Amino acid sequence: MRRFRRWGPALLLVTPSLLLIGVFVYGFAGWNAKVSTSTSRGYQITDDSVGLDNYQNLLKDERFNMDVRNVLIFTAVFVLGALVTGLVLAMLLDRGVRFESFFRSSFIFPMALSLIAVGIIWRWLLQNGEPAGGLNKLFDDVGLGFLAGDWYNSDSSWAIASIALPAGWALSGYIMALFLAGIRGVPEELREAARVDGANEPRVFWHVVRPMLWPVVMSALVILAHISLKTFDLLLAIVPKGDLALDTPAMYMWFTTFDGGFYGRGATIATLLLAGIAVVIVPYIWYSVRSERRK
Amino acid sequence: MGLRRRGFVALAMAAALAALPACSKDANDGGGGDNSKVEVFSWWTGPGEEDGLAAMIADFQTKNPDIEFVNAAVSGGAGSNAKAILQTRLKDGDAPDSYQRHAGLELQDDIRNGWVSDITSLYDSEGWRDVFPAELLNYLTIDGKLYAVPVNIHRSNLMWFNPKTLKDLGVDEKVPASWSDFLTVAEKIKAKGKTPLAIGPGWTQKHLLENVLLGELGKAGYDGLWNGTTDWTGSEVTEALGVFAKVLEYSDIKAPSADWQPMMDKVVSGDAAFAVMGDWADAYLKGDKGLTVDTDYAVAASPGTDNIFNFLSDSFTLPAQAKNKTAAEAWLKEAGSKSGQDAFNPKKGSVPARTDADPALYTGYLKWGLEQWQGTKDGSIQIVGSLAHGVVANNAWNAEIDTALGLFIEDGDVAKFAATVKQKYEETK
Repeated sequence: MRRFRRWGPALLLVTPSLLLIGVFVYGFAGWNAKVSTSTSRGYQITDDSVGLDNYQNLLKDERFNMDVRNVLIFTAVFVLGALVTGLVLAMLLDRGVRFESFFRSSFIFPMALSLIAVGIIWRWLLQNGEPAGGLNKLFDDVGLGFLAGDWYNSDSSWAIASIALPAGWALSGYIMALFLAGIRGVPEELREAARVDGANEPRVFWHVVRPMLWPVVMSALVILAHISLKTFDLLLAIVPKGDLALDTPAMYMWFTTFDGGFYGRGATIATLLLAGIAVVIVPYIWYSVRSERRK
Repeated sequence: MGLRRRGFVALAMAAALAALPACSKDANDGGGGDNSKVEVFSWWTGPGEEDGLAAMIADFQTKNPDIEFVNAAVSGGAGSNAKAILQTRLKDGDAPDSYQRHAGLELQDDIRNGWVSDITSLYDSEGWRDVFPAELLNYLTIDGKLYAVPVNIHRSNLMWFNPKTLKDLGVDEKVPASWSDFLTVAEKIKAKGKTPLAIGPGWTQKHLLENVLLGELGKAGYDGLWNGTTDWTGSEVTEALGVFAKVLEYSDIKAPSADWQPMMDKVVSGDAAFAVMGDWADAYLKGDKGLTVDTDYAVAASPGTDNIFNFLSDSFTLPAQAKNKTAAEAWLKEAGSKSGQDAFNPKKGSVPARTDADPALYTGYLKWGLEQWQGTKDGSIQIVGSLAHGVVANNAWNAEIDTALGLFIEDGDVAKFAATVKQKYEETK
């Protein structure tokens, strides 16, 4: 009884959320995985099992292979871009600019917008063709016409990378906030000590601040990577429906499931997406649990 | 003390959560309503169509003063939002009393899942077999039965242009007679620096595809594409697909419009010479843009499809789980009636599926549109069904064609496209 008094209330407190997560996250993820091994089609779940047939078919599916390639390019450009932009913005703000709080809010502000709104704005900004509009017109007007491009309508197989622009625009402010907190968290004494030893500012950053930013980089990386893999609303708002050069597994999942009624195939793509996100997140959880234990 | 209070809060929360499931409503097994109301599900929320629905509802209310009309229209995405919501409701057994679908094989999944009832008897009791063109009913009949009442008819195979643009470009102010004529004209237009053909997102490309195939193959060949009698990989279809690829080269597919309205805008502004789009474009140009047909814009059957009417139709069903079946049947009778269709269609910008409509109500493009549709009665105009709008292919095959077409736009491989579409037909039959 005394032992129950110690951990009982805590257990009762987390039980509701454990139950909810158990049913609505893990339960449905498991059910989804089960559907992915069935032949379910025509808006009907069938209770049969074909093993991994759906997975094998998907590996041979030309569209799915294109989608995987697209989402990898998108992730690489978006994650790197947002990390670098966020870091540079944080370093600039850390120099002690005037009106710092104004700039800080301005950079974070895009995160407050729904990604659908972001997508629609950038669909207009990144339009190509004649007459020029959006960014292309802006470039033309200020004499930088050579910067104008076809963006997401480009013929290049890298067209998907241009979607990283709005995604990065929306999230690099948040990454900046993470880095700024990280940089500010470095005790001033450490920097002072380095300066006394004769280090100039770049060397102070490189040898004192940078090593202490690794936890921030790790968190930012995980946050960005999992957002990138499941990006759907932004793409839906920007991409002309049916343009497979800009297709991703999340889009294929939606259209094949709800337009075509291919529940089995949709569940398979969803399960693979979940696995892809787990590959990013599980090592991170493992890493943070281990480092917390060390403390 | 503090600990005990926390324990109490936790207990209270756990109890509250345990009570939650009790709040969920009971599953509905259909029937059981008292027919004092009818819930009708549609995606008619845009300008024109909403007014048309309101006019039809008003007519329904005068005929059925005792039935309350519940408008369960869902907006957004040209019906795609509505379809997703409808799917959930049908699967949950929470069906509306009647819902909108494109007539034709779009309904096949609903039939196979037992979501809709056979209403063939309604066709007989209402005498609809005499007022709808027989060939239309062929496209609506699935496994020998009728499951939906067509309210309106839209035409897919139309080509739009701005006469002034064509005059300035020095080409004949008319739609080319065939797609090979179009390619000749397009070359001239391209040489003058204009876009010969405006195009938009994937579905407008599929819309163009069906009408190029129709123009090249004619009715018999086109019909055969959808029932397996025309060989997709045969030389005729392969040549037609080659023409489609060439037509696309003269379009602005490198900078496509985001939707069909901006695509029509390019024709109006003169940036593009032609566009292939259904007759809902007329309501947009006339209503939203305030333009006049034959002066600001003009329209004719797309190349090679004179005297062929490529139709799509909005129709209403009787769900198997409808709660108010008698009231739902009253709504279906309204949807199929002359007064209902004549109330709805002039506002929606479509023509009635019935061929006995009052021609005085239809002006501008619709006057010609109605003449063409009524010409199907005596066979001087032939009917075919649209692919992009759910008449001739079921949802599964249609979605697979979307994927194949998307890949074709990327790689231009005619043989692979034809083989894939053929194979998917077998897989999704």
